[in-house]
Amino acid sequence: MIQLTVNRKSRSFDGDPEMPLLWFLRDELQLTGTKYGCGLGLCGACTVHLDGKAVRSCQTPMKAVAGKKVTTIEGLAVNGDHALQSAWKQHNVPQCGYCQSGQIMQAASLLHEKPHPSDADIDAAMDGNICRCGTYQRIRAAIKTAAAAKTATLAAPRQERVELAAAPPGIKLPSTESASELQPELVAGEAAL
Amino acid sequence: MSEIRNLSRRTLLGQMFSAGAFVLAARVAPENALAAATKSSTGDWHPNLWLTLSPDGMLTILAHRSEMGTGVRSSLPAVVAEEMDADMGRVHIEQAIGDARLGSQDTDGSCSIRLFLTTMHEVGASARTMLVNAAAAKWGVPAADCAAKNHQVVHAASGKALGFGELAALAAAQPTPDPKSLVFKDPASYKYLGKDFPITDLDDMVRGRAVFGFDAHMDGMLHASIERSPVIGGKLKSYDGAEALKVKGVRQVVTIAHSDPPWLFKPLGGVAVVGDSTWAVMQGRKKLKVEWEPGPNGSADSVAFRAGLMETARKPGKVVRNIGDVDAAFTRAAKTVEAEYTTPLLAHASMEPPAAVAEFKDGKVVAWAATQNPQAVQDTVAAALGIKKADVTCHVTLLGGAFGRKSKPDYVAEAAILSKQCGKPVKVAWSREDDLRFDYYHSTAAMYLKAGLDERGNPLAWLQRSVFPPLMTLYDPKAIYPSFELSLGWTDVPFDFKNHRAESGPASPPLRIGWLRSVASIYHAFAVHSFLDELAHTAGRDPVEYLLAQLGPDRKIDFKAQGVASGSDGKDEYAYDTARLRRVIEIAADKSGWAKRKPAKGRALGICAHRSFLTYVASVVDLEVDDKGGIKIHRVDTALDAGRIVNADRVRSQFEGAAVFGTSAALMGEISFRNGRVTQSNFHNHPVARMSEAPRETHVYIVPSDAPPAGVGEPGVPPMAPAICNAIFAATGKRIRELPVRKTKLV
Repeated sequence: MIQLTVNRKSRSFDGDPEMPLLWFLRDELQLTGTKYGCGLGLCGACTVHLDGKAVRSCQTPMKAVAGKKVTTIEGLAVNGDHALQSAWKQHNVPQCGYCQSGQIMQAASLLHEKPHPSDADIDAAMDGNICRCGTYQRIRAAIKTAAAAKTATLAAPRQERVELAAAPPGIKLPSTESASELQPELVAGEAAL
Repeated sequence: MSEIRNLSRRTLLGQMFSAGAFVLAARVAPENALAAATKSSTGDWHPNLWLTLSPDGMLTILAHRSEMGTGVRSSLPAVVAEEMDADMGRVHIEQAIGDARLGSQDTDGSCSIRLFLTTMHEVGASARTMLVNAAAAKWGVPAADCAAKNHQVVHAASGKALGFGELAALAAAQPTPDPKSLVFKDPASYKYLGKDFPITDLDDMVRGRAVFGFDAHMDGMLHASIERSPVIGGKLKSYDGAEALKVKGVRQVVTIAHSDPPWLFKPLGGVAVVGDSTWAVMQGRKKLKVEWEPGPNGSADSVAFRAGLMETARKPGKVVRNIGDVDAAFTRAAKTVEAEYTTPLLAHASMEPPAAVAEFKDGKVVAWAATQNPQAVQDTVAAALGIKKADVTCHVTLLGGAFGRKSKPDYVAEAAILSKQCGKPVKVAWSREDDLRFDYYHSTAAMYLKAGLDERGNPLAWLQRSVFPPLMTLYDPKAIYPSFELSLGWTDVPFDFKNHRAESGPASPPLRIGWLRSVASIYHAFAVHSFLDELAHTAGRDPVEYLLAQLGPDRKIDFKAQGVASGSDGKDEYAYDTARLRRVIEIAADKSGWAKRKPAKGRALGICAHRSFLTYVASVVDLEVDDKGGIKIHRVDTALDAGRIVNADRVRSQFEGAAVFGTSAALMGEISFRNGRVTQSNFHNHPVARMSEAPRETHVYIVPSDAPPAGVGEPGVPPMAPAICNAIFAATGKRIRELPVRKTKLV
């Protein structure tokens, strides 16, 4: 039996330990925001956070996630208002939308490591995420907008969302049960966001 | 679709309005249309197939075209909302099931706005008129003194106002207005149309809530993974599923019958592993022992095949357009230039591979599918199971990209066939390997061009010959001469040549050919506009100056009088207007700084101007070739004239995306085959442009226009390959005549 945490909720799994996390999320938890694109870690559509870092869930067997914290696109922000999600909307990034969960999760990991990424940083971090519709220039613009917004909000005296995300692990949200299920993983990777 | 195109819309709408519904379809029975327009028991007003207005004011608008990234699911309903002056915050967009009463739902050919813009205006204006008439009647004032404003009808003189919801029941009692009497909103007062507005699925998409075919779920469904003959046309010799059945979660191993040409949208057949989860059936499939008879295509080889196409292209072919006397003009030429161009098969490789779930129950099928054409799903599933089309219900999910692949619902038929065999709903989700190996590929092509030049380097004679397996072979293996593909950049070359001959040769494909975003325009534009650039350089002239010179005086070209197809639907309003092409060339050249550009080591501009899907496009590519032969596309400037547009932001995004899609096709896209087997399998050996390889910036300039609407999804693609290759030549002196570019060493 493998125990893990997905979007702040405890989960267990007793099937094939070689099964990729992708299929546990999609088939067993119905968290279908995480996408299949290649099955070989070549396209990034399946990107989730494992203990705060972007990983390809199609290349992450269940045996490797025991005791770990997984965050999917559904758990990135309670109300879907992560700085990147807001920036994505501001720039109307998605076309078909299929790869965008993976793009956003990858970008969130990048901003954690490099709050002010250069174009070269963005290329390096995002090159593993294919968008066949070709939304790359808007993805780049949205990452820059989110990076700038983050700086602005951190400097501001009080910003509701950032306060929540920047709070130490374990904070309880005064919200409904369903909303708390969607509370962001308050691991190191997210705390900086 | 052809039924609609061949009918006079006015006549048709006249009939439909008299039946009480706004329906653009020849196949609709008036009884059905009436049924759709009756009052509902819930108090909703349902004036026609597209609209439902609830007493609480919620307005539901049907989206009957598929959403694959163009934004059409939002654009067409927005036209209705605009015409009604509805509040988009109180509009719910509902995706239509496959329903012939709605007219064509085949979302391809960049024609959703072109075919349905007027209809949507009429749907909205008619509903608004009925709401206004209802309010005026209630207040006892002239309708002319009332107006729809932000989801209300208001009477300015008295200050009275009633919400749309409050008027629903009263509007239902109003007669449907005569379509000829409809007054349309003044474009100057548009809130949405022609401007930027967000798509309805935006929030869901950034939150992982959007539902694609891969995400479709039916209670109690099983999953299936299908092993198919690696050679198209191969037959199952034997199989052993014993080991597969030992995998935990695998329930059944069953076969799907083999199909013979014509391929149509029929499933290829194969051995299906069916079970409880995606992972289980993927593992089970690996344990199958299957032997195949390769069949007639077992020795097919893409290198030899393409050489054969080129061989045909070198010989005189069928004349498909002729102006003047090319042969006589060649004898007068000061100089003769010849060139051969080839392009490979291409795969669609949408990020979401084909996927559908279907349930066969009591002789009927319900399917949820990522499909561009739910009515084709109905036809294909009905034919596969021997049931009536009316007994197939097809729900349409969002499409994770499609580019033409998801017009062909073979994968939906697979799900339906397996459901019938297994007695439960079955989901068929193709792997990336399945997607790349069993695609309906974009045709490979070979083109031969020859020009005779005068002293200034202008063509006295221009001969062009193209050979490629035609799309119609999908329907009839004997249809080896191309048909409508010729109107995509071959017989509609707009240059003012006095002696011009276009020819075409036969070809028969060893695998399934299908349409891909911008279709034959990809290879035709590549050959024609690369060759034009070659001639400009031969003449020692600036490529933009040369291009404009060949375009000749501004004029409308009457292709019909020349007896050739031009993609204009034979309609005067879409006649090829060279002034519009000239204008986009001038804009793209100006915005890219073409005239001011100074030569720099390894860095240069390239241009291509091409009309396709009735939209005029010119793109200038600014790229750099480094010391190792690596290519960096710094910038693309694209100017376009698509006539009237609906959502400016989605027009820009389509052209931004087309620049990337065109870059993939130009630099790296290729499907090859050996011994009848496709060589590529996944993104490691079938690369598509990644962020660092895509154009860094694409700037899109939309020419303001009142002309009839034209295509947006596809026409941005064709100019990319020639513009890239022309820039590579300017930067390095290397002329690319074979795509993809990566096959040529640039340094």
